[in-house]
Amino acid sequence: MNALINSLIYGIIILLIVFTIVAYLTWIERKFAGRMQSRIGPYYVGKPHGWLQPIADVLKLILKEEITPKNVDKLIYNLAPFAVLTPSLLLFAVLPFSEKIIISNSSVGILIFLAISSIIIIGGFMAGWASNSKYPLISAIRGGAQIVSYEIPLLFSIIVPCLLAGSLNPLEIVKKQKIWFILYPFVGQISFLIFLISGLAEENRTPFDIPEAESELVAGYTVEYSSMKFAMFYAGEYAHLLALSGLGTILFLGGWKGPFLPGPIWFIIKSIILFLILLWIRWSYLRIRIDQLLKFSWKFLFPVSVLNLLLTGLIVILR
Amino acid sequence: MEVKRIESNGFEELWVNMGPQHPASHGVFRMQIKVDGEVIKEVIPHIGYLHRGVEKLGEFLTPVQFLPVLDRNDYLSSVSNEFPFALAIEKLANISVPERAEYLRVIAAELMRISSHLVFFGTFCLDMGGALGGGSTIFLYAFREREKILDILEKWTGSRMHLNLITFGGVRYDIYPGFDKDLKDFLKDFENKIKEYEDMIENNPVFLARTKKVGILPKEIAMEHGCSGPVLRGSGIKFDLRKAKPYSVYNKFEFEIPSFPDGDVYSRYKVRLMEMKESIKILRQAIDGIPSGPINSLMPLKVKTHIKLKEGEVYEAVESPRGENGVYIVSDGKFGLYRVKLRTPTFYNLSVIPYLLKGALIADVVAILGSLDPVFGDVDR
Repeated sequence: MNALINSLIYGIIILLIVFTIVAYLTWIERKFAGRMQSRIGPYYVGKPHGWLQPIADVLKLILKEEITPKNVDKLIYNLAPFAVLTPSLLLFAVLPFSEKIIISNSSVGILIFLAISSIIIIGGFMAGWASNSKYPLISAIRGGAQIVSYEIPLLFSIIVPCLLAGSLNPLEIVKKQKIWFILYPFVGQISFLIFLISGLAEENRTPFDIPEAESELVAGYTVEYSSMKFAMFYAGEYAHLLALSGLGTILFLGGWKGPFLPGPIWFIIKSIILFLILLWIRWSYLRIRIDQLLKFSWKFLFPVSVLNLLLTGLIVILR
Repeated sequence: MEVKRIESNGFEELWVNMGPQHPASHGVFRMQIKVDGEVIKEVIPHIGYLHRGVEKLGEFLTPVQFLPVLDRNDYLSSVSNEFPFALAIEKLANISVPERAEYLRVIAAELMRISSHLVFFGTFCLDMGGALGGGSTIFLYAFREREKILDILEKWTGSRMHLNLITFGGVRYDIYPGFDKDLKDFLKDFENKIKEYEDMIENNPVFLARTKKVGILPKEIAMEHGCSGPVLRGSGIKFDLRKAKPYSVYNKFEFEIPSFPDGDVYSRYKVRLMEMKESIKILRQAIDGIPSGPINSLMPLKVKTHIKLKEGEVYEAVESPRGENGVYIVSDGKFGLYRVKLRTPTFYNLSVIPYLLKGALIADVVAILGSLDPVFGDVDR
């Protein structure tokens, strides 16, 4: 009973923190992109540097009129945003913010994370199908093909730190990292790179934002959504991205460990740095084509990740 | 009850509408695309959403009134619309042009060519990279430089895009003191910026994968459809009116005509990038060699609303950033013109769309359409 209350309290706290961070991630992204593109970014809403912009955005989205197109499949159409946002937030249940702050300490935490992470695309599918429109439909099909082909390299890159630590429990993995796993010779770096690439693909971020592809499919499966329903897709995407950065921090960057500052702060800082690296890639690459993406995944990323996994297995046996 | 059979392989083809309001259509252009999965089977292009009847306007406006209307055709390079019309009227009315005016016309045309190619470069990358990705970064870089050109033009003529600079017998506005310094500073800066673009784009595997061997336009097809400009030169034909039939003072400058034999999206992009470099060369030579003297042979009569035209017909063409921009006029010796026909380059360049898109993927649509650099004011007139 005590543990239940504990995780309930942590759950609420973490959810609040995550929502705040997610809102401010949009601000960080806009500022960061502005810097890269030799402009300023949000400036006028809240001095200095438009720090109230995310709140203004949320207010705007809430106050906007909710439009449901005539011929949509109402039930699935209304359910889809929840099917994206809820699993994205569920991901934080297994991420330890520090040694003590974790909602659900499971011995197969990483596995749960992966399982939840792969059902998010179902929300996209639902949106694409129920919208009864052609762009969302093509977008959903593309998204499916992409997720299927990138889930495997992502999985194999995540298994590497798990093998090195000998556990699927996130707490254990962090505790076992005497040196960060990204510094582990060869296998660490390779799997970190694969993790970044397939993470980007899983997130539909720019070199791989094929389902979104606003210059081809206008905005992908969110075309027919407006107001808060659209915002839920958006928030879900950012929460998923933050969770993935958090997972990367735990697996490769030593989780909450660090000098001077308390654990959760370190965890958040590292996650945001990882998020910024993803942004950096996003704002400097063009979009790849769907057939090139699949080719890259199956003919390059997949064999490399398998070889990397074999190498790690050898290291673990010989150690 | 009859059972409705789907096609033998169990898949159906889908008609997808792209445009007239679509992020990648560069204006108002509608394509009906029949797709089988991602592969395009058939394309039906629809134009005419921006038709304003410019040719008809030319018949009941006086030539002087008609000049600023022409600016609005190819709105990204207004000077190259005024240019052929001025040449044609001057030929028909026997008006001479002072040399200083010819130089100023060339300077304005080449500045507009750079600015137009920068718009191409930015929007082309924007289409392939998306408004929320690397594409918009390149787009903003390109527009940063374009802004400087527009500032110079604004200081010179008072307008940024629709200059209304060229008039019969010369140009309307002389350059301001300090113009050559402004221009040289810009050219020096811009030379480095072109290198920056090349570094950013041409070693990028994603960009190369998206553009090389995509949308191949063979020589013969390009000639059959009457393509011109960078589209034709991207298919390996070195044809540029500035060299082939030098008008104005273009025969006084040294410059190359870049052309690439592959005919794919990449070579069309590359032709335009090299042309910007050649334009820099021309501008340098022009600003150094500019003679002093009057800028208009019809001065000091400032408002010349009625120009006496001979009876007859004339075709004059210039090399606009998009290709051969021609004007054909017929005059019956009375007030105004009997007939005006505009040979706008994008209309012909765009006609290869059904050929290029057949068998391509949906993602290639934006790359191929972007590489043709259409301006719909120019297509629909």
